[in-house]
Amino acid sequence: MSAVATGPAAGLPRWAVVGLLPVLNLLAAFAVSGLIVVLIGESPWDAVRILVWGAFGFEEAIGYTLFYATSFIFTGLAVAVAFHCGLFNIGGEGQAYIGGLGMALVCLHLDFLPFALIVPAAVIGAALFGAAWAFVPAWLQAHRGSHVVITTIMFNFIAASVMVYLLVNVMSRPGSMEPESRDFAPHARLPLMHDVLAAVGIDVAASPLNLSFLWALVCSAGVWLYIWHTRAGYRLRTAGASPPAARYGGISPPREIVVAMLVSGALAGCMSLNELMGVQHRLVLEFTAGFGFAGIAVALMGRGHPVGIILASVLFGALYQGGAELSFEVPRITRDMVVAIQGLVILFAGALEFMFVPVVRAVLARRSGG
Amino acid sequence: MRDREEPLETTREAGAPAVELRGIDKRFGAVHASRDVSLAVAPGTIHGIVGENGAGKSTLMSILYGFYRADRGDIRIAGRTVEIAGSEDAIAAGIGMVHQHFMLVDTFTVVENVILGAEGGSLLASGTARARGELERLAREYALEVPPDARVGDLPVGLQQRVEILKALYRGADILILDEPTGTLMPQEADHLFRILRRLRAQGKTVILITHKLREIMAATDRVSVMRGGRMVAHRDTAATTVAELAELMVGRRVLLQVEKGPARPGPELLAVERLSVRDERGASRVRDVSFNVRAGEIVGIAGVAGNGQGELLEALAGLHPAAGGRILLAGEPVSSGGPHRRRRGLAHVPEDRRRMGLVLPFEARESAILGYHDDVRYRRAGLLDWDAVSRDTEAKMISFDVRPADPRRITAAFSGGNQQKLVLAREIERDPLVLLVGQPTRGVDIGAIEFIHRRLVAMRDAGKAILLVSSELDEIMGLSDRILVMFGGVVAGELPADRATERALGLLMAGAGPGAGAANEARRAS
Repeated sequence: MSAVATGPAAGLPRWAVVGLLPVLNLLAAFAVSGLIVVLIGESPWDAVRILVWGAFGFEEAIGYTLFYATSFIFTGLAVAVAFHCGLFNIGGEGQAYIGGLGMALVCLHLDFLPFALIVPAAVIGAALFGAAWAFVPAWLQAHRGSHVVITTIMFNFIAASVMVYLLVNVMSRPGSMEPESRDFAPHARLPLMHDVLAAVGIDVAASPLNLSFLWALVCSAGVWLYIWHTRAGYRLRTAGASPPAARYGGISPPREIVVAMLVSGALAGCMSLNELMGVQHRLVLEFTAGFGFAGIAVALMGRGHPVGIILASVLFGALYQGGAELSFEVPRITRDMVVAIQGLVILFAGALEFMFVPVVRAVLARRSGG
Repeated sequence: MRDREEPLETTREAGAPAVELRGIDKRFGAVHASRDVSLAVAPGTIHGIVGENGAGKSTLMSILYGFYRADRGDIRIAGRTVEIAGSEDAIAAGIGMVHQHFMLVDTFTVVENVILGAEGGSLLASGTARARGELERLAREYALEVPPDARVGDLPVGLQQRVEILKALYRGADILILDEPTGTLMPQEADHLFRILRRLRAQGKTVILITHKLREIMAATDRVSVMRGGRMVAHRDTAATTVAELAELMVGRRVLLQVEKGPARPGPELLAVERLSVRDERGASRVRDVSFNVRAGEIVGIAGVAGNGQGELLEALAGLHPAAGGRILLAGEPVSSGGPHRRRRGLAHVPEDRRRMGLVLPFEARESAILGYHDDVRYRRAGLLDWDAVSRDTEAKMISFDVRPADPRRITAAFSGGNQQKLVLAREIERDPLVLLVGQPTRGVDIGAIEFIHRRLVAMRDAGKAILLVSSELDEIMGLSDRILVMFGGVVAGELPADRATERALGLLMAGAGPGAGAANEARRAS
């Protein structure tokens, strides 16, 4: 592989950019997190031990870790696809939220369909509504130059308000004060993984991990194929890398912007399959819980590549699950502390992505020079 | 201002070179950019440094101006060894630099730009007053007149360059380094620049001129040093050398400077342009009522100072700019809007700006090599892009156009300018189009590659294709074209057969002073 990176990491070999930098960023985040743990008087080694054990130490933990990872994969892929077209889609949260609405409408109102039809219909509902929510910012960016970062952020707020209105006034169960829909019919739910595995004779502990995990892997493979091996992906990347070159090559950058955002919104929308169709079995308020935003960090850490995104998603899933275990075992490390650690990972992997570039460059230069 | 430099003047040893570099060595990682380079520049002379891109000229001057530090070697100014750790040290040692890309603030006035970094005092007024007086003196002494209160962004390029020179002189420079100073100038402006440089020399200043244009070296310098591959390969008195010798020293082999071509054998008309008008995004008229044709087997050159509509004309022909009026006929058939369709009908286009438009710099070479042809069935298998086929095809093109290294997976940005340009040309020419539109085919390209590109264009002409060439290099226009059109203010100001075109005649037309220039001037004013 003769490819070298461009941008701030220009000139560094690929293995350093893809492998070394994320690991260094992660270690830096953990080092600072460790300091915080020391400051509140706990042992960082114990914290790491409990966190890792909580995430991977037993079957149920692994199930939970992968369950969280599933949501991260969807939102991470969403951010990555837009990013390959030069767009920063901050609206994964809102797109996932509205995607959940589309999925719920299918599960609530098309439940006369058999399981084999309602599952694909729900997937289409989630993708379609997520894409639709991304369309308006996309069109405004493509044809009016309204920056997609601003508009997608605003659309997150609009999505939140719309969902509160719908769940309180339109979709709540008759006679109930709860802002949530009625339960989905039993055949309009995604089977849990441990049930599926039990059916083929493999016994694993119960966890919320469900079939949408497999769909997330399929989507990852699909994104990889789409971005790097189709003409559509070539057009999308060209428009993202150089709009003038795209125009020269007969590619319409506005069209690619809209396409990229639609695909991005559809992927974000699929996050609702995991949380709602897999576990909650009804439409609830704020089920997205920040997964849409975390997708940005996942995509950055995964370098926009599906394999990287899956790895980063498992890491973030482990932090979620292990973090929950940690705050349970060590009461002085609260849930908020765990959020702070996740924030540090996002800070180092995302915002400070290239912080170690000069160091790595110097070390490599010395090695090859001497 | 001048008092500060006085000590230097008084300590100057008689006969010592103004600038002397001894054994300068510099590595960037694996790249050995300067290899034991030595150079002596006599005071009160104009000293040229020539070399291909990447020969190490810019690195050497950056070391002299304090942007980089040499790993080894000494710098002596007027016989004294100096430490130059930053550009402040260079300025203090009396070195001034005029960069290829001007370091000016467009929204500031001339005076504000000149005092930038030497404001003198916390209130601007005193500094500006002094600068104004000093500017007047410099203007008188060196024929460097510039309106002091004009906004720099409103000035033509030639005047902006004068502001750069004034900036250096204002800081008391005795040694002036000019990096590719004529790249953006029109012939008359370049001549004026050389007059200014001679004037500076007459006043005892030392000028170092970095360029790849050998003709300028011959016209303006007293002595010339040639660099190749990071080494200083020769020093010559300009009067005792020839363009051919310098070119050979630069490239390391004999180079054909004149384009070798037989007489054109024009065939049927392949491209016809009828009363074409083009407006830019803001609705301003950029090309008006332009008509001409290009026949099979001929190269038609369009000369003109940048910004007189040639770029827009080329893009309109390629389908990148909608035409505001008129018709374009390709092999007798009118073309509809939409660039890709024209491409399919045999119109190829090498854009003026390869880095922005012709290539996608972060892409692998093979990805850049299918830009515009990515829908071709040859690159497809089972509905997906067949990267193996693309790689094979790209490698074949790279070999046939001598793109080095011929690695289809190397990132486009990592190739040198000449190799990037050869990649674009390979993509467009290997498709065997009927008509080739080519803009600035050799801008920023090494002599060796220029020779190669010119030969390919002539070969294409001789194969019966029609070529429309837009270039700001008059040598190139005159060397390649069979007919020459000159654009000024969006209209064709004149047409000359190549054998009757002289630099002077073209220069006059380009400046809007040729016959029929009245109409062009009017057109320019109207827009």
